[in-house]
Amino acid sequence: MTQLQAEPAVERVMEKSPLPRQLKLQRSRNFDVLIALTAFAVLAALPFLFSSKALLDFVIRCSAFGLFATSLNLLVGYTGMISFGHGMFFGLGAYGFALIMQRSGLPIPAAFVCTLVITAVVAGVIGAICVRLKEIYFAFVTLAFQMLIHSVVLSWVSLTGGDQGLRGGIPRPVFLGIDLSNYIHLYIASCALLVLGLLLMRQIAQSPFGYTLRMIRDNAVRASFIGIDVWRAKLTIFVLAALFAATGGVIMSLFVSGAYPEFAFWTISGEGIFINMLGGVSTFLGPMVGTVLLLILNDTVTRLTEYYGIVLGVVILFFAIGLRKGLMDFAVEWYQARRARRKSASG
Amino acid sequence: MLEIRQLSKSFGGVKAADDITLSFAGGSLTAVIGPNGAGKSTFFNLVTGGLTPDHGRVLLDGIDLAGRSPPEIVRHGVGRAFQVARIFPSLTVHETMLAAVGADQRRSSLLHRRFPLAETRDRAEHAMELLGLAGKRDRIAATLSHGDQKLLDIALALVLDPKVLLLDEPTAGMGTEERWRMIEKVRELWEQQKITVVFIEHDMDIVFKIAPTIIVLCYGRILAAGTPEEIRRNPAVIEAYLGTEDHPGAAT
Repeated sequence: MTQLQAEPAVERVMEKSPLPRQLKLQRSRNFDVLIALTAFAVLAALPFLFSSKALLDFVIRCSAFGLFATSLNLLVGYTGMISFGHGMFFGLGAYGFALIMQRSGLPIPAAFVCTLVITAVVAGVIGAICVRLKEIYFAFVTLAFQMLIHSVVLSWVSLTGGDQGLRGGIPRPVFLGIDLSNYIHLYIASCALLVLGLLLMRQIAQSPFGYTLRMIRDNAVRASFIGIDVWRAKLTIFVLAALFAATGGVIMSLFVSGAYPEFAFWTISGEGIFINMLGGVSTFLGPMVGTVLLLILNDTVTRLTEYYGIVLGVVILFFAIGLRKGLMDFAVEWYQARRARRKSASG
Repeated sequence: MLEIRQLSKSFGGVKAADDITLSFAGGSLTAVIGPNGAGKSTFFNLVTGGLTPDHGRVLLDGIDLAGRSPPEIVRHGVGRAFQVARIFPSLTVHETMLAAVGADQRRSSLLHRRFPLAETRDRAEHAMELLGLAGKRDRIAATLSHGDQKLLDIALALVLDPKVLLLDEPTAGMGTEERWRMIEKVRELWEQQKITVVFIEHDMDIVFKIAPTIIVLCYGRILAAGTPEEIRRNPAVIEAYLGTEDHPGAAT
């Protein structure tokens, strides 16, 4: 009954005020930029407020994994493509960047761009093979490519250092007054990349293309029958997501001053999926929340017990079977339900 | 003008479309009938790119569309709605329309702007008004009633401004009263939009009342084509499909 009464009221508001609604929609990008700037300001202020290096380490790791996990959500949550091999681009970014810096002597921004170009080419080729496949086949073939890249990293010892990883540090020539061998500079640069990356991904998600992705997720056949080239759209987002994952890898390689085979191992992809399950895929920031959760879990549990896997397993069971959604999904639904209750109570 | 020439498709040994030759005049309204498995949906799929014909041609204003992909065919002006409504469950009615117009305007891969695009508003609005969905614009598609989902499916085809609209059983799964309302809506759209409409329908009462032209398919072939009167008197149709019962609708 309350629903029946509430509904026409909502419609009337919409009909009467198309202009404010339109304004709100146009303003939303500025709103996102504002949030991003605020977040960046807060993160950038942390080193001056707290002297804990562990905290800053934590934020840098969050930047690397947050970019990676959020980019995976562009595939999983927005497009419905469940990739089990997204971690290969994280590894590719780490190895690509570290190798270019070690061997070429390019300035850091140029090496970063080169890494992205290489990632785009590799993702383009792998994507062209994978995106035609449906659901489980897509998942398995991406996983296979992940294993392939991992094997290459392990066996091409002269280039990658094999199972020892890429050691010897990463040269960090100063550019534009930024010295990444200075820890604070590295920290600020990581935060900037995170915030900028999230802002760009948010723009992708809210663009007309982002809605094309949602349509493909909801009903790919219908999407093709309104004139959308599904294959091309899927390939595009596959490559774009890879770029952000690689950026996460670049941050990681700078953080650890090298690159290790684990960065390209399938468990990274698994962690990405796990983060998305923890945080939830129905909101843009879900994976970011999931990243923070996973890293906190990681740090506290490994300190308390050696049975890290068991604890993690229990947590994932709780989210998958108990909540049946991620934490952010849960929070948003709870908030909406509360608002609906209030509305019906006051109306 | 949509012309179908010698369109054929077989699955294994089964001929789902067997040498179909037809023409639909611009602005005509045609019903396609036939028993289950007669090849009606296959015919629609062959015309819209859902299936690739073995041979034959699909000419829209002289351009051969046979064997092209669904997006290409849609862009040439052949829209379709489905037997089981195919919609985007998580989008609202309004978003669905805006996104569809964006796709039609070739703006579906824009990255630097925000959804929805201002230039898609008017057409989206118009389509919602036409189908009577404007009042439900902010409803998530999955929460719509079955009838409204069918309307949304049709709106998705119509919002692209097609020259030809193929409706696969617009009244599927509806009660008698709702069927009539839906088919009146279809006729109204046909009259207002002046487009070529072809629809599949099982209810003989509806077909004979509404459609100026009827095509009867059986085992992938055209059994008969003509006005309702001609179809009613056609001995082959009576024998193969309508039967001798008083109420022919029961034959389905």
